[in-house]
Amino acid sequence: MAILIDEETKVIIQGITGREAVTFTRSMLDYGTKVVAGVTPGKEGQEVYGVPVYDCVKTALKNHPANACIVSVPPRFAKDATFEAIDAGVKLINVFTERIPRADVVDMVAFAKQRDSRIIGPNSLGMISPGIVKLGPIGGARDECDKVFVSGDVAVLSRSGGMLVETCNLLSSNGIGQSIAINIGGDPIIGSTFHELLPLLERDSRTKVIVLFCEPGTVQEETAAKFVSKTHYSKPIVAFIDGKFVDSMPGMRFGHAAVIVHGEAGSTKAKAQIMREAGIRVVDYHSQILTEVRRILQGVS
Amino acid sequence: MRLYEFEAKNILAAHGASIPQGRIITTPGEARKAAEELGGPVVLKAQVLTTGRGKVGGVKFVSSPEQAEITSSQMLKTKIKDYPVKKILVEEKLDIEQELYVGAAYDEVEKKRIMLCSNIGGVDINEVSQKHPEKIFKTLIDPFIGFQPYQAKELSCALAVSPKVSRAIQLILLKVWEIFVQFDATLTEINPIGLTKDGKLIVCDAHLEIEDDALFRQKGRLKEFAIKERADEARPPTEFEAKAAEIDKADYRGVAGRVMEFDGNLGLLIGAGGGSLTTFDAVLNHGGKPANYCEVGGNPPTRKIYSLAKLILTKPGVNGLAVITNVFSNSRVDFLARGVIKAMVDLGIEPEKYPILFRSAGAFEEDGYAILRKYGVKYYGRETPLDEAARLAVEMMKNRE
Repeated sequence: MAILIDEETKVIIQGITGREAVTFTRSMLDYGTKVVAGVTPGKEGQEVYGVPVYDCVKTALKNHPANACIVSVPPRFAKDATFEAIDAGVKLINVFTERIPRADVVDMVAFAKQRDSRIIGPNSLGMISPGIVKLGPIGGARDECDKVFVSGDVAVLSRSGGMLVETCNLLSSNGIGQSIAINIGGDPIIGSTFHELLPLLERDSRTKVIVLFCEPGTVQEETAAKFVSKTHYSKPIVAFIDGKFVDSMPGMRFGHAAVIVHGEAGSTKAKAQIMREAGIRVVDYHSQILTEVRRILQGVS
Repeated sequence: MRLYEFEAKNILAAHGASIPQGRIITTPGEARKAAEELGGPVVLKAQVLTTGRGKVGGVKFVSSPEQAEITSSQMLKTKIKDYPVKKILVEEKLDIEQELYVGAAYDEVEKKRIMLCSNIGGVDINEVSQKHPEKIFKTLIDPFIGFQPYQAKELSCALAVSPKVSRAIQLILLKVWEIFVQFDATLTEINPIGLTKDGKLIVCDAHLEIEDDALFRQKGRLKEFAIKERADEARPPTEFEAKAAEIDKADYRGVAGRVMEFDGNLGLLIGAGGGSLTTFDAVLNHGGKPANYCEVGGNPPTRKIYSLAKLILTKPGVNGLAVITNVFSNSRVDFLARGVIKAMVDLGIEPEKYPILFRSAGAFEEDGYAILRKYGVKYYGRETPLDEAARLAVEMMKNRE
């Protein structure tokens, strides 16, 4: 295994009868993921592709031991669904739901921390350990996943779901596989940021190189860079930042709150600089991720 | 959703904060009447959803109702950072001894709400934060406990003001917290909060942003304060951008969004979120001149692609098109291809003679490529990186010149 998910991962999908959840339940089953149960209040007794549906997470768990949940419910119910999973003792919760109010995310994260659960997301398309298991819609159907994700030594963490797929496609189509690929979610506040996942990847014997797909806004990259410097992080990291043109957009005014709180605006220019100073290899073009990763794997750095 | 100053002030007043006497006006005649009613010198403050209006003529002091009429008539004809001035807040001129700052925001690193205050108010708080971070006092809030009076006390003590002012600051901090939580705000600031000669605190300017994703549970509160729901814009949309927004609205399926107009000649249909940003950066870096930015994803139907492609192809000055998306997980490549080709055919453009480049992959890619082959369109798949496709598009435009 790499991190978080492996052959032993057994998943409960909250909101399994929803349109999108039905689709990704299918693609997860096709990929070999053990989807053991689903939860939709009022629909106990139904099935989705043979997966039994329950009203409550605890009842589902009693009948089908599981160690991960995917939350795919409407935004206004997402906090409650996540609380339910945490309270039931589930340690890995992947929140697919997007547009959850920040106030709710703060509560979700705090409760998870209290009970020692890990949240990936919200607004996450999921994660995949190629050839072994996938959580969520990431990569789409089985045959599409097989074109994009190949098993290997590179861990890819991305704030963008679409570009996680594109980045793995770039590596795979050039013979470089992945140990794990995670869409951490594109929201300002998320359960697991780059710097919170880096320690896990450092301990993971399979992962040799880490790729970060970064975006404008928030100070997540800055925080990761500081963490890498401070801990003398031992594994090579390659990073790409999209949206550089956003820095110079007139009236963009993004980052006002970030400046007051952190003294940093989250511009891509500042991110690139601080990451480079920390020894992270920041590339200018997306395709250079491949060049850089290849160079590292060949031991020519 | 950012609120106007007067809207934020009304909310603060309803929570018991002191705000200046004022009137909202939309005509010079109303400005005169407001100044007469308020008596004495007044300040005219343009109500625009942008920061730093004071530096560009958005705030003017006048000493008589006549002057209020003349000055407001000029103001109502101007634009502040591209925003036309439609409303002016006419307020009594205040006699302020000291200006302070109080605010509430989110700390994304700690994943908690944070309360802030500073002795330095009325200026660019961003500058203070970058140059003198030690002059901004902060307290992180435990979500299960909330902001407590003792924390307000600690913050006010840090400001080193008189005991009377300190108590007033504590009260205002607690009100700001209450509003921040109740309104699902992402930012609440009083900057400055003014200290009058007789030791009272008064809200001079206020800034409140409600989270768009929480608007579903704020409808009642907005109605109570007669605030209309609206979308924030970095600047007023151009005609082109407004038409694109209409196309997106017409069908809930898929995204054809965040269209921004630029003055180049290369039309762009790019996707999805991060893919659009990556591709746009690459086009610019390779020296291309985009006519627009857009994000296409979430499996939009052919009809939506068709309308968007038509809009871009008929934009004055556009003489080439690049359709570049990341490898789709759920969008269909054939829908994308069909929509673009249909738009060209309907516009009387012969695809094989027009400078067009296509790079996409994912579901139904073979069907998509078959359509493109049939119409003689140059296409690339997953083996071609996004930035390489962008480079080829820029080269294509150079060759046509």
